[in-house]
Amino acid sequence: MSKGSAVKNHQKAEAAQPVLSPQEILRYSRHLIMPEVGMEGQLKLKQAKVLLIGTGGLGAPLGLYLAAAGVGRIGLVDFDVVDFTNLQRQVTFGTKDVGRRKLDAARERLKDLNPEIEITLHETKLESANALDILRPYDIVVDGTDNFPTRYLVNDACVLLGKPNVYGSIFRFEGQATVFALKDGPCYRCLYPEPPPPGLVPSCAEGGVLGVLPGIVGAIQANETVKLILGTGETLKARLLLFDALKMRFRELKLRKNPDCPVCGSRPTITKLIDYYEFCGIRGEEAQPTVAVPEIEPKELKRKLDAGEDIFVLDVREPHEYQICHLNGYLIPLGEIARRAHELDSARTIVAHCRSGKRSAEAVDFLRKAGFRKVWNLKGGILAWSDQVDPSVPKY
Amino acid sequence: MPKVIIPTPLRQYAGKQEALDLQAKTVGELLGRLVAEHGDLKRHLYTDDGKLRSFVNVYLNDEDIRYLQKEDTPVKESDVVSIVPSIAGGKDLEPQTCGERSRTMNTDTHR
Repeated sequence: MSKGSAVKNHQKAEAAQPVLSPQEILRYSRHLIMPEVGMEGQLKLKQAKVLLIGTGGLGAPLGLYLAAAGVGRIGLVDFDVVDFTNLQRQVTFGTKDVGRRKLDAARERLKDLNPEIEITLHETKLESANALDILRPYDIVVDGTDNFPTRYLVNDACVLLGKPNVYGSIFRFEGQATVFALKDGPCYRCLYPEPPPPGLVPSCAEGGVLGVLPGIVGAIQANETVKLILGTGETLKARLLLFDALKMRFRELKLRKNPDCPVCGSRPTITKLIDYYEFCGIRGEEAQPTVAVPEIEPKELKRKLDAGEDIFVLDVREPHEYQICHLNGYLIPLGEIARRAHELDSARTIVAHCRSGKRSAEAVDFLRKAGFRKVWNLKGGILAWSDQVDPSVPKY
Repeated sequence: MPKVIIPTPLRQYAGKQEALDLQAKTVGELLGRLVAEHGDLKRHLYTDDGKLRSFVNVYLNDEDIRYLQKEDTPVKESDVVSIVPSIAGGKDLEPQTCGERSRTMNTDTHR
């Protein structure tokens, strides 16, 4: 047999039965020497195809650990650009990546970590029209998104395609994790049949997240993903893990498959993907960012204040935001406006502001409906004030 | 006394408390006392016609009350009742991303 045909035969065998190269054996040696993974498990990882939806806070540890573990193909779905406020928790990205497409920065980082794996980029917003096609080639879907419409979309698509959905979610210093849509296991809709109406979701003012939290919850999701691939251990199927980072406490709740679940129950009523924005009560989405209220431009406000006009500046942000920066306004957080409106003098001209102008638009709308006639919204909030009037006021 | 654990997103409506001890014989009675003490919580837990909202789950210890006797589920002195709302965060939690969600908040405040 000639040397050439031996190589050919070897390649043929390799195609049928994947093997690890010497470099891979060295790279994965700490997996290979433990019986729970071993050569068989490492080859399962190499053949696995995992889709990460979102490359943000949860996506960071997910991408890094799954790439390091040798998951053969990792798909990434995102359409965002790295900004400075991401760096507090999205550890895939460095300061040099600010302004770059998240997908490009993530691929570069993951390929540097492990050049043996394939990274597939899906630069798009996951939508009903594309979700099934994007999810179909993958074995496991990991949900690291940040909004209810996408969570329900991912859930329904996973149930319809019969793919496990490794779920993680965070809020300030609390996290949740589980695995949905496994055979005989519950899905997201079994747990929460419906999303909260938009108004009942904690608003901007109560947002924020401890930077380490997505690191912990994302690492838990990565761990579940690896176990699903290896087929070993016990997953979080039918268990909801609750994590409180402040108290450093884990709790576990039982999840049950709802026999009447509209998507995974015995008589499903949802048999194809629906309009998830409508389902979540978000009409027109970002097209209509604020309620329409009378506005004043930052420069106009500055001029009036400088001219000594009697203007009452009302700041509707939270006290901890006031500590970051302020315009010497009177502070009543949006959530307290209804209760504290009596502190305001309706005879005076009032200009309300917040960070971006959205919360203050709600405050102005509320006050106008409550009978205040001379109340205006500072257009663009502190962000616009910083851009157009006083750059020494920091943006956050 | 049975204890009820308030989740982070709802603590602002419960005097910033993490947990409260409340005397009650059933889960429904316990939640009733909770919203009687903290009126702002009511619209977050109940619909206008007095039903528990479907995105708020209530657990007695580690069991979902929907699979027990719902709000009639009896509670013992040592029981822990947890309110577990759905949270969506994960990718980005920049203030500007929640704008569209808070949009209708004022219509709720008017009620």
